Amino acid sequence: MAEPPDAPRRRLPSKGRGPGRRPSPRPAAPARPAFAPASAAPGGSSAAALAAAPVERGFGGGWLIVAGKELADHILSARFYVLVVVLSMAAAGAVYGAASGIQSAAGQIASQPEVLPAPFLALFTVSPQVGGQSLPSFYALIGLLGPLLGIAFGFDAVSSERSEKTLPRLLAQPIHRDDVVNGKFAAGLGAIGGILVAVVVLVAGLGLFQLGIVPTPEAVFRLAAWLVVSVIYVGLWLAFATLCSVVMRRAATAALVAIALWIVLILFGSLLAGIAANALSPLPSSPTTDEQIANSNLQEALARVSPATLYAEATGVLLDPTARSVDLLTSTQTQGAVAGVLPLDQSLLLVWPQITVLVAETSVCFAVAYISFMRQEVRA
Amino acid sequence: MADAAIRTRGLTRRYGDLLAVDRLDLEVRPGEIFGLLGPNGAGKTTTILMLLGLSEPTAGRAEVLGMDPTRRPLEIKRRVGYLPDDVGFYDGLTGRQNLRYTARLNRLEPKAAERRIGELLELVGLAGAADRPVEGYSRGMRQRLGLADTLVKDPEVAILDEPTASIDPTGVREVLALVRSLARERGVTVLLSSHLLHQVQQICDRVAIFVDGRIVAQGPMAELAERLASETLTMEVGLEAEPEVAEAALAALPGVHGVRRDERDERLWLVTGDSELRTALAGRLAERGLGVWHLRRAGDELDEIYARYFERGSRRGRGAGDGRAA
Ligand SMILES: Nc1ncnc2c1ncn2[C@@H]1O[C@H](COP(=O)(O)OP(=O)(O)O)[C@@H](O)[C@H]1O
Ligand SMILES: [Mg+2]
Repeated sequence: MAEPPDAPRRRLPSKGRGPGRRPSPRPAAPARPAFAPASAAPGGSSAAALAAAPVERGFGGGWLIVAGKELADHILSARFYVLVVVLSMAAAGAVYGAASGIQSAAGQIASQPEVLPAPFLALFTVSPQVGGQSLPSFYALIGLLGPLLGIAFGFDAVSSERSEKTLPRLLAQPIHRDDVVNGKFAAGLGAIGGILVAVVVLVAGLGLFQLGIVPTPEAVFRLAAWLVVSVIYVGLWLAFATLCSVVMRRAATAALVAIALWIVLILFGSLLAGIAANALSPLPSSPTTDEQIANSNLQEALARVSPATLYAEATGVLLDPTARSVDLLTSTQTQGAVAGVLPLDQSLLLVWPQITVLVAETSVCFAVAYISFMRQEVRA
Repeated sequence: MADAAIRTRGLTRRYGDLLAVDRLDLEVRPGEIFGLLGPNGAGKTTTILMLLGLSEPTAGRAEVLGMDPTRRPLEIKRRVGYLPDDVGFYDGLTGRQNLRYTARLNRLEPKAAERRIGELLELVGLAGAADRPVEGYSRGMRQRLGLADTLVKDPEVAILDEPTASIDPTGVREVLALVRSLARERGVTVLLSSHLLHQVQQICDRVAIFVDGRIVAQGPMAELAERLASETLTMEVGLEAEPEVAEAALAALPGVHGVRRDERDERLWLVTGDSELRTALAGRLAERGLGVWHLRRAGDELDEIYARYFERGSRRGRGAGDGRAA
């Protein structure tokens, strides 16, 4: 191997760094340019330029660097394209299915606006009827598949650094340790947000150009609110998958655990809530109405532990201005209620608790992932 | 003498009952190549992780470039390059892209970083492979890419953990030549760890021999050899006897501490013991009527010294404290 050409000798680290250093809490400026040339480039002038190359001071923003690299990885990854294609196809299918329902209603809109108060939103909420069968609407589909997005971008977030043996090298760079988790989480959220926005734009575009549905500002805001809540919800699954990738050495195990939880919550969530409610307050053989209501309220409360329930409730109200409540209503409660639409702020107020709990659950998952990572040994 | 580039005082790391690093006092001077030598499990990697603030010491303290790794890890990581043992890269990225990421993490100005990365890839002989995914790199190429990666930040101190492990002899020579040129031509202080003494001895200015978490000797190689030779020595002995008989007879001699077969020549025994054996061994063998066909002082070789130190220092697996030969 060629010996490197003579380089200008550098100051040794000891110079000007006697034993009597100032015990300053701020990092003292290094005694030499932080980026000196390794070997003199041809021509002394360029070497001087190298030595003078500006280096950002301070150690903030490490998470942004990590996030940038991770986001680039995501966007170039096969999983990104698979998810975009799958979601786009599902979305387009749902919208085309819903279109027939909307079109048949569209004739009535002029005369009876309350039939379809927001045709733009109906694109996202109408369940297509195919051969007498009801398929999930767009928003139900996102509710179903959203977790998969989060899991896909999180299940190997940290464990891949371990299996590729890049973690010690990464942590030996001047970034905070939490920059790694934060950056990866941010990149995952970015990828998820990008995919969701793309899919929503696709649906809106189909509605606009194929069906001629022009959104009202209110509908756009509702859709934006739905998007934010969806990113939070998928972010919860991203945080959970990231947590799995921190605690589990093998990416496959982490993915399996996250997917298992997803399936359990989606398929058996309400069933489990019912069982738990009956166990906590068993109904007598001939329950009174009050007892039945109490039981069903408890069941509802328990079901709301599941983020899937919270998300379904929140998005149902956000996308449907006619929704008045997320709770079970007795006929006395609905008696005399005037059918009508809620303004967005009222809808938001209605589901604020759901959104708050979703954010809280996301934060808890992320915090646990974060703390576990901070406490882990660098080498596995 | 200038202030030390790296200094530890009573540095200790405990994993449960195991003292991985036991009251380590180390001093690495600016600009030198310091070898941290010891068998697997000696605690070399643990020590290095503590120097970088990647692991918390149980007790004691360390100073790197005058800074405490537990309090100012980022400043240290900005100025210290680290080549982990068994270094890994993002397989899907090219060698150049991997180095670019390191440059970004060090907040190097992109244009200058790009030029520097090009030079470093040239320096480690990977210019041709720089734009291929690391996936296809050989072990030796990864190791050289690791060296380039360590140097991206233009470190004042380079800490290399087992830089020559599991690469072929040519690769070892290349890596060692690189390390030497780093220290000699650019004044980079190098701390390297190795369990293969004979590989790194020729480039180390000073070494610490590290066994079971403790330093058993520290200093320039030649000095260590001398010090050891004055206390004990090793003799190569060839006896006219069955192996079992010969081994037992040698071990029973007064002043002998250890007997083992010479790996390079199966017929020879390496007898270690008090320095008086040099003159007394022949006589004692003759007294017992053992025919000697070969008798020579060994132990000038570093391998020999190393083996001796390991023998003396090794406590683990034999019960605490009884492994001391001297
Ligand atoms: N995370 C850990 N938990 C428990 N023991 C550990 C851990 N890491 C290292 N050790 C033990 O510490 C000792 C020193 O290990 P190490 O520093 O890796 O040695 P070396 O690098 O010299 O081979 C070994 O006995 C090893 O088994
Ligand atoms: Mg090691």
